[in-house]
Amino acid sequence: MTKLSTYEAAMAAYEPVLGLETHIELDTGTKMFCGCPTAFGAEPNTQICPVCLALPGALPVANRAAVEATMKIGLALNCRIAEWTRFARKNYFYPDMPKNFQTSQYEEPLCEDGYVDVAVDGDHYRVEIERVHLEEDTGKTLHVGGATGRIHGATESLVDYNRAGIPLVEIVTKPVPGAGDLAPEVARAYVTELRDIVRSLGVSDVRMEQGSLRCDVNVSLNRAGDAWGTRTETKNVNSLRSVERAVRHEIRRQAALLDSGEKIHQETRHFHEATGETSPGRSKEEATDYRYFPEPDLAVMEPDREWVERLRSGLPELPRKRRERLRAEWGLGELEMQSVVNADAVEIIEATVAAGASPTAAVKWWLGELSRRANETGVELGELRIGPEQVAELQGMVDDGRLNDKLARQVIDGVLADEGGPAEVAASRGLEVVSDTGALEAAVDEAIAANPDAAEKIRGGKHAAAGALIGAVMKSTKGQADAGAVRELILSKLG
Amino acid sequence: MDDRIIDRTAAGLAADIREGRATSRSVTEAFLDRIDAVDGEVGAFLHVDRDGALATASEVDAALAAGEELGPLAGVPVAVKDIVVTGGMPTTAASKILEGWIPPYDATVVERLQAAGTPILGKTNLDEFAMGSSTEYSAYRRTANPWDTARIPGGSGGGSAAAVAAKMAPLAIGTDTGGSIRQPGAVTGTLGAKPTYGSNSRYGLIAFSSSLDTPGPVARNALDAALLHEVISGHDPRDSTSIDAPVPPVAEAARSGASGDLSGLRLGVVEQFAEGAGAAEPGVLDAYLAGVDQLVKLGAEIVEVSCPSFSYALPTYYLIAPSEASSNLARYDGVRYGLRSGDDGRRSLEEVMGLTREAGFGPEVKRRIILGTYALSAGYVDQFYGRAQKVRTLIKRDFEATFEQCDALISPTTPFTAFKYGERTGDPYQMYLADLFTIPTNLYGGPGISVPVGLSDGMPVGLQVMGPVMGDDITYRVASALESTQDPLLADTAPEIEGK
Repeated sequence: MTKLSTYEAAMAAYEPVLGLETHIELDTGTKMFCGCPTAFGAEPNTQICPVCLALPGALPVANRAAVEATMKIGLALNCRIAEWTRFARKNYFYPDMPKNFQTSQYEEPLCEDGYVDVAVDGDHYRVEIERVHLEEDTGKTLHVGGATGRIHGATESLVDYNRAGIPLVEIVTKPVPGAGDLAPEVARAYVTELRDIVRSLGVSDVRMEQGSLRCDVNVSLNRAGDAWGTRTETKNVNSLRSVERAVRHEIRRQAALLDSGEKIHQETRHFHEATGETSPGRSKEEATDYRYFPEPDLAVMEPDREWVERLRSGLPELPRKRRERLRAEWGLGELEMQSVVNADAVEIIEATVAAGASPTAAVKWWLGELSRRANETGVELGELRIGPEQVAELQGMVDDGRLNDKLARQVIDGVLADEGGPAEVAASRGLEVVSDTGALEAAVDEAIAANPDAAEKIRGGKHAAAGALIGAVMKSTKGQADAGAVRELILSKLG
Repeated sequence: MDDRIIDRTAAGLAADIREGRATSRSVTEAFLDRIDAVDGEVGAFLHVDRDGALATASEVDAALAAGEELGPLAGVPVAVKDIVVTGGMPTTAASKILEGWIPPYDATVVERLQAAGTPILGKTNLDEFAMGSSTEYSAYRRTANPWDTARIPGGSGGGSAAAVAAKMAPLAIGTDTGGSIRQPGAVTGTLGAKPTYGSNSRYGLIAFSSSLDTPGPVARNALDAALLHEVISGHDPRDSTSIDAPVPPVAEAARSGASGDLSGLRLGVVEQFAEGAGAAEPGVLDAYLAGVDQLVKLGAEIVEVSCPSFSYALPTYYLIAPSEASSNLARYDGVRYGLRSGDDGRRSLEEVMGLTREAGFGPEVKRRIILGTYALSAGYVDQFYGRAQKVRTLIKRDFEATFEQCDALISPTTPFTAFKYGERTGDPYQMYLADLFTIPTNLYGGPGISVPVGLSDGMPVGLQVMGPVMGDDITYRVASALESTQDPLLADTAPEIEGK
């Protein structure tokens, strides 16, 4: 069991420094160095050819669309686009890498020196980008026969090369100091922002759950005024929530080690979704020597400036601008909008508004009740089994007086339990507000008869006493009455 | 003797077939029969594709009978070095690690041969992965030099050179990384041309050293080589290093060179090579100098030029080529194709990969992988690979400066004639010296040709002509002019191999 400090104690003693490496698979339609398709989910080893299988004699040719997409990302991240850039070979043996080297970039990346601005709790952070480079993805190995699905203990290993050679963009930040106790949120906000930027460019579907956006998280701790500490790199953190959790866990774990006088080992670590913990992978100190050298099979690239400027001027509205526009349209305050962004709810609220809900209602549902549900079950908003259209429908029923807030929450229970859409759930669970005046009058009469003291007080002008009668009516109607209507009815009968 | 099909030139055979005096089938059969008769003694082929070659020949004959216009070499069979990928036909690179591998695709060179209607006789022997200068490092068989079967045929392309020298093929495809077309040409009395790097596609050429490898023609004379050169040359979008420019008019240059007039041409003799030639055998030097005299008689002007960096070419090559090779050969791991060794269900993946490479690679390949891995290692890469790249740039500059002063450079192709088996395998450096004069051109990227120039103790000697990048035509012109002084052609005077 890993020893952990409390987060508060860790933050009282240390300052964290972050670093993020993000891999994004590009939606180029064809692979980085051959013409094979890149669609997700095809039968294993059906999207392969001599080039991406690394058959003897096969040669790569760079995909122009991938180079262009990478430059767009670089430009959107305020990077400088190289005038002279080339690929390099990263040599290491692994069965899911057909050539036993990865064609990547080393000393001459396509894009360098940019930044991304993010905001957390009203504070703004500038995350500086060191480089954006282009490389190829590996295949996928499946280890069969072991208990863990890992190579250890497996009796057979199967490799699917469909993914091998899919264009991959790697975005590396410079070290990010100064986030303090907001480090986990800053890390998450950065990845969210990056994802939204890339999505707005239309060059990747950036779906973390499918692995088209993957994140490695570097964390180190140092005491105030000291030099930066030794970092660990937690690999393949594959949801926004996990990014935040991984940073938080590493801070707590490293703080406990440092407190007890131990050293942090520079190493890669694995993140475990189920427990939120990290465990050691291979140690960097005995790491592979990748023997990088310039890729002799690919010509040097010199993107001409006209091309770069054309791409720059063709960039779409980036998320930051778009959010400002939406904030104005929705009439939200800056902090409120930030909460929306940090909850990763911009798109979903936009879709809910488009489906007919008022911005206020859409924000209320997604940031309130639905965020709470998502947190409880440990999923992202987008993974909830209720979508923007259903939320808009739900709000429509509230607006029509067919549901009150309490009933609406029960309808959500039903929708999340896959019982159907809001109207269906309301019908099948019998959750509509009682608007039948006859039934309501009967319930009111019954309540008056059962509470003569309260009724007397109301007759005497003490309208506050109506509360007891309203409660009784709500109880007898199982909450399906509209409280306002009940109150009016009671007062008119006793007034 | 002149009426034998196998004695005729490729250009002559092409004309016979085109003009109906022979069929491609009869020509192809004659060479296949010759292979049957003498290859037991020579050992040039690793695989003979009788059925495939005859099928292509029949298609050509049918097309000609139907009045179709075919290319200038239609119907003339070709042998292909077994490092060039041939779909459906075994391709081994003379390595155990690819034993039994049948490629599912064709190299661009092979596609172009097929489009040109040249039947493919089979695959020729070489040093494993083209690493060597004697073909002794083939994992499969020994190839003899048709001039003296106790001697090596050069390497790595000893199979292609011996096949052409022994008239088992009128033409062959070779590949040249440090001299693997030219040096075998020189020691077997055939003509071998290394085209400008990038002018011939490497797609489907099993990589040894990507920045140096170049496929090219082997023949018994310059015009035949030029015709084959034009068939396989030209831009290929599947090779990112392919040059998108018109192919130099090499056949035209070979024809004009045959007039024997080289007046106005300036040929450079590299001062530093003269120092190196001091290490060459006296007999080689004599034959070469006699060739230089002939060139002067044909009107060429000889100028001495200085290329100071050439002295470092050999060590530079032996850092760059093994570095690239160590990475290029990483894919042979037993996972996807070829040999897999030690997979007993208990060993780990890494162990199986290691055992496969241990069992599949021969000693010279292992030596170069280790050398290259070392040269690229952290802490050494700047000192070795990095410095070698800098020297390579200097060598390029030396060539460029030289071509301001002359049209082409000449030298002996190799410092010594064919040696006996086993004579140099004990000392890699002695073997590496075979490529002393051919390596600079590979590092530069320009064209080089080796043309037979004379004999030393009865063994052939080659003269090398090196041209500027995309100046392949100049090298053919000089080679062809030198041939015009020979009657018969030196290449046609090889001792007859009786065979069975």
